[in-house]
Amino acid sequence: MNQAPTLLELAPLLPELVLVCGAMLMLMTGVVIGERSSAMVNAWCVVVLVLAGIALAWVPQGSHAMFGGSFLVDAYARFLKMLTLVGSAGALLLSLDYLTLERQQKFEYGALILLATLGMLMLISASDLIALYLGLELMSLPLYVIAASNRESAKSTEAGLKYFVLGALSSGMLLYGASLIYGFTGTVNFAGIAKATQSGAGIGLIFGLVFLLVGFCFKISAVPFHMWTPDVYEGAPTPVTAFFAAAPKVAAIAIFARATVVAFPGIIQQWQQIVVFVSIASMALGAFAAIGQRNFKRLMAYSSIGHMGYALVGLAAGTPEGVQGVLVYMSIYVAMTLGTFAVILAMRRDGKLVEDIGDLAGLARTHPTMAFFLGALLFSLAGIPPLAGFFAKFYVFLAAIKAGLFTLAVIGVITSVIGAYYYLAIVKIMYFDEPVRGFQRMPLLLGLILGVSGIANILFFAYPTPLLGAATVAAKSLF
Amino acid sequence: MNWPILSVVTFLPLLGALLVALLVRGNERLARGTARWVALWATLVTFAISLVMVWRFDVGSPEFQYVEKYNWLGIASYHMGVDGISLPFVILTTALMPICILASWTAIQTRVKEYMIAFLVLETLMIGTFSALDLVLFYLFFEGGLIPMFLIIGVWGGPRRVYASFKFFLYTLLGSVLMLLAIMAMYWEAGTTDIAALLRHGFPVGLQKWAWLAFFASFAVKLPMWPVHTWLPDAHVEAPTAGSVILAAILLKMGGYGFLRFSLPMFPAASHEFAPLIFTLSVVAIVYTSLVALVQEDVKKLIAYSSVAHMGFVTMGIFAATAQGVAGGIFQMISHGIVSGALFLCVGVVYDRMHTREIEAYGGLVNRMPLYAFVFMVFTLANVGLPGTSGFIGEFLALIGTFKVNIPVATLATLGVILSAAYALWLYGRMIFGKLKPSLEGIRDIGWRECVIFAPLVALTILFGVAPKPVLDISAASVAQLLENYNHAIAAAKTAALTAQ
Repeated sequence: MNQAPTLLELAPLLPELVLVCGAMLMLMTGVVIGERSSAMVNAWCVVVLVLAGIALAWVPQGSHAMFGGSFLVDAYARFLKMLTLVGSAGALLLSLDYLTLERQQKFEYGALILLATLGMLMLISASDLIALYLGLELMSLPLYVIAASNRESAKSTEAGLKYFVLGALSSGMLLYGASLIYGFTGTVNFAGIAKATQSGAGIGLIFGLVFLLVGFCFKISAVPFHMWTPDVYEGAPTPVTAFFAAAPKVAAIAIFARATVVAFPGIIQQWQQIVVFVSIASMALGAFAAIGQRNFKRLMAYSSIGHMGYALVGLAAGTPEGVQGVLVYMSIYVAMTLGTFAVILAMRRDGKLVEDIGDLAGLARTHPTMAFFLGALLFSLAGIPPLAGFFAKFYVFLAAIKAGLFTLAVIGVITSVIGAYYYLAIVKIMYFDEPVRGFQRMPLLLGLILGVSGIANILFFAYPTPLLGAATVAAKSLF
Repeated sequence: MNWPILSVVTFLPLLGALLVALLVRGNERLARGTARWVALWATLVTFAISLVMVWRFDVGSPEFQYVEKYNWLGIASYHMGVDGISLPFVILTTALMPICILASWTAIQTRVKEYMIAFLVLETLMIGTFSALDLVLFYLFFEGGLIPMFLIIGVWGGPRRVYASFKFFLYTLLGSVLMLLAIMAMYWEAGTTDIAALLRHGFPVGLQKWAWLAFFASFAVKLPMWPVHTWLPDAHVEAPTAGSVILAAILLKMGGYGFLRFSLPMFPAASHEFAPLIFTLSVVAIVYTSLVALVQEDVKKLIAYSSVAHMGFVTMGIFAATAQGVAGGIFQMISHGIVSGALFLCVGVVYDRMHTREIEAYGGLVNRMPLYAFVFMVFTLANVGLPGTSGFIGEFLALIGTFKVNIPVATLATLGVILSAAYALWLYGRMIFGKLKPSLEGIRDIGWRECVIFAPLVALTILFGVAPKPVLDISAASVAQLLENYNHAIAAAKTAALTAQ
């Protein structure tokens, strides 16, 4: 066990290795060449993410347990890692034009995103409590920094600080929970914990479980640990917000599902009620609180809280169908989020970004294509068929119905109707209202991402098999 | 027959929409004209192909025809097909669409391209709703239709369009999401979402009741039944003329079609048990909304309330579950599709000229618009249910069918026929006869385009009133099979209850 692994045995670790080497290389390039290399470095970081994706595709099939079983590369991890890489790369692509236009090109930005992504990949593969914490912190620390990356803006600094303080608190709680679990089971390994909790658990262990879940809920910004989300979303530079919305949530929900399903299958009744409560609270708050929002980024924060609630509906079922639902949900969620943020980043007038949804008035006439795609994304976010967002909700509720969680399902669909209201309100502003002055021309890259995301959302129904098939395989590998 | 005719009919309008979206370029005037012509041709060709379907349809068979089935979601498949119950609605849709496009020819002057796209997409979704043979696919088409209709009301509607479009969207969505959950529960119970298979699957009585209520929530809102009808008058009043026509003629029928396709055959025990509820709501709808229609001051609102009343006959007939009742329900839906659509077109004609829908603003139109007065009269009488018009056949059959099951309900519903005569004829009298209002001096009679629109509708109204057999024949075999299965299931449930005792 203490033997150093050979190079060949490290093959499943290739994507992480690519990322870590890439991040170092980019950092050194930046330091050696200096500030003027920033734009190039940040663009190259996208290439590193793509290379990591290619490496991931090369990882041999099957399940590989590494480092004494604390790092597990299975179909589940591969699926979610790919999704995280897509989310990160998409968010980084969204940043490029913004950084140049706002004169904020810093080479550390790309490197930090790479490091955060590395943390996410580790988190997704974590198979014991220590690896979990390691991944979580590696993910979170760069996130705190890039939230505050716009040093001149008080809002951005505030966002970073707020995120850091609350994040540290939640990490502390998670650690406390982990220590309790270790204390009561005598192991940090998920499989070992599962064995120890096979026939129920005492109050101390459940205490630990609750604290662990609190930590996860904070990371996915589920109610009641969502307070930081709107402020951080609004304060952080917009592409950073896009990154927050897309990538870390995927990793956090991945470990949420893995930890509950793999480590605590014996006491599913215990964590199921917590997940059900958190899910209902998130869906309800996401639906109601977003109605009053005028700031698009803040609105997306509440929308993401609601979406995490829907994803948790699948997890609450605790079945392979449920996990499959979560995976499908997260994939479609990432696609919708990236597209929507492409529009938010294109809301630029006189060289300045505007963020009020009222600024979208009459977009259907000033920028018809942009309005069409944003409209499709909004209907998709609301979960209206035949758009992709409908299928996302369909699969999680399907699992909930099978698991007999009828109350959860009924509340869930009703909140989705309430939530539809504010998405419709944006469509109304774009299509029904009289146009105001148009925006500046949309940068090509943003247009590309919006187009890909919009078309993927509209045409998902025509060819859903690849995603559904991959999600099924990935979900099965957890059970 | 090797080519997938049903899919062609379903997706041809979508192709038309794509053509309009991609090809229509150039200056404003030219683009408008092209968009109109492309849309008209797309709907006409669709209609022509759908007629081929009628021609080749085997009337004697109760089975699904033109069936297509491909693997799609894993749990659900792309399964399409029509039987005698759904085919009339497909034809109703394809037939009314060219008329709607023509009716919008001059009335819509802004964003014509988007308007035509919305209508063509809507047509695909409506045809799909009637021909889907898989529950998930059905839901996809059924709910998808909300998006274009929301935009049609919201973009091209009247002064309170925003309120009306939101109310329409959210109301319908709320009803439908419960149905979605029921669909999921049915999937886990039966292991499939295939409608043909589900029709043969006997659901346990407990699930039947819940699923029936969930489907009821969706279809009752869509139809709409009293007391969840309040979105309809708003949506009708604010929608542009063609939007109102589609809403009244086709979208409402989805609710009735849903009752026929799902509630009655799949949950027979629950349908039998809940029939009194339906009868009560239907009678209230017929009598109450007719009374409400009497006091309306807006023409469109009056016709909207009369729609709710007429849909009451449909639900009553369907859940009477007798041969005449169900046939009457179907016929009433087809007839109402033609007549109420035509009535909204009639309102559109004067609205286009005077830009008001106040009944007070009109009077003595017969002096200036004799042709219009004639057309309006035909549809008014059909709306009243005068023998010799299509409206009579549907109401009469539905009433006979209900009479066999529940005499008080049928008696009360007959009151509605009298009331409908009251509000419809009074409306006609106030608008057409009397002294010509000074503001109407310069009003023109209907032109050739409007004649083209109304001629087929007048012809069909009278034709179906005199010779209803073709329509009744198409659905006869399917209805007979539906009722046979229904009665069989009810009898089985009763025997089971007896043995349990």
